[in-house]
Amino acid sequence: MSTTVDIVPAASATILRLHGDITGASEAPLMDAYGQVATGVRSIVLDFTGLEYMNSGGIGLLVTLLVRAQRAGQKLHAIGLSEHYRQILALTRLDEAIGIHDDESAALAAASA
Amino acid sequence: MSASPTQPPTDNPAAPARRDTDSWARPVDRLSTTAVTGGMDTVTGRRVAGPVQGFGQMWQKTFSVRLDGVDMTPEALVAFWKERFPTFWPKGARFYAPLSGIKPGEVALLEVAPVPGSPVKMSTGVMVIYADDESFTFMTPEGHALSAWITFSAFRDGDTTVAQAQALERTSDPFIELTYIFGANRSNDRFWEQTLENLARSVGVASPEVTARKVCVDRKRQWKYVRNLRHSAAVNMAVGTVTAPARWVRRRRTVG
Repeated sequence: MSTTVDIVPAASATILRLHGDITGASEAPLMDAYGQVATGVRSIVLDFTGLEYMNSGGIGLLVTLLVRAQRAGQKLHAIGLSEHYRQILALTRLDEAIGIHDDESAALAAASA
Repeated sequence: MSASPTQPPTDNPAAPARRDTDSWARPVDRLSTTAVTGGMDTVTGRRVAGPVQGFGQMWQKTFSVRLDGVDMTPEALVAFWKERFPTFWPKGARFYAPLSGIKPGEVALLEVAPVPGSPVKMSTGVMVIYADDESFTFMTPEGHALSAWITFSAFRDGDTTVAQAQALERTSDPFIELTYIFGANRSNDRFWEQTLENLARSVGVASPEVTARKVCVDRKRQWKYVRNLRHSAAVNMAVGTVTAPARWVRRRRTVG
């Protein structure tokens, strides 16, 4: 399954809703979506609710996205992670750099803090 | 742009297992291994450390080799690669596979030269964080020269199977970053090029040609991780080597 990304501007952040698989082949849709985020946005919320599958290539892409966001002075947040994907972010220690939240309102509150 | 309602995270026990469930390792606080090495085990008790926790510039290095004329599916190649992984490493480096092989959650031990041409070997390791039929990924432990993920994979390009090694890496500490600036970065590239050449030759490619693509993903150094030096296997080994004569003299005096 391919990757699609919906871009949803919110008050304190821009939400990227991810659907389908995230693999090494997801670079174009993910980075294109990030490229459309308005400059000046301080926080990006990645919504994984529609995530079907993620391999190690997909995790590598998240690191690249994290680096790009950090360079732009932006903070990354994540919502919609199942227990399985929370464990993967813990395993890879990405949870030390990406804020993980239970729901959208919590992520947006953290983004505006 | 479009909007869609956010669903709360759910893990329904009755739902079918996700396709990737068995491919990922389970999180562990501290590493342990079933691999057996003649040298030191500097991995047990350590945590994994990926590119997020590294010190130096972040590189994405992709090495690939086309297996022209070889009748092997990507799945067959990856199975072969996993099974005989240690045999493809360049001379002078040793890979001690875990007893059950390259499987998610297993930890392998390594002995590699800390700098090119060094007569002494540095003991370290890797954890298998992901493995499926077409790829497997290693993550380094604290103390390793690199804070990295390295993914080995195979795919079809037309009628040809291509083997690929892709590293996402930062050097772990300032000492190793300095060696990278003065040549170790290139030596590391050569290591993976030789590995792919050895793999290709083992399946019948007479003159393998490895292509390399290097991208500096982040030029900034992460000074907040300068304290990674305290874990450094290279520094600990160097200190051990320098202080060896003094320890030998002290032992002689104690015995005498």
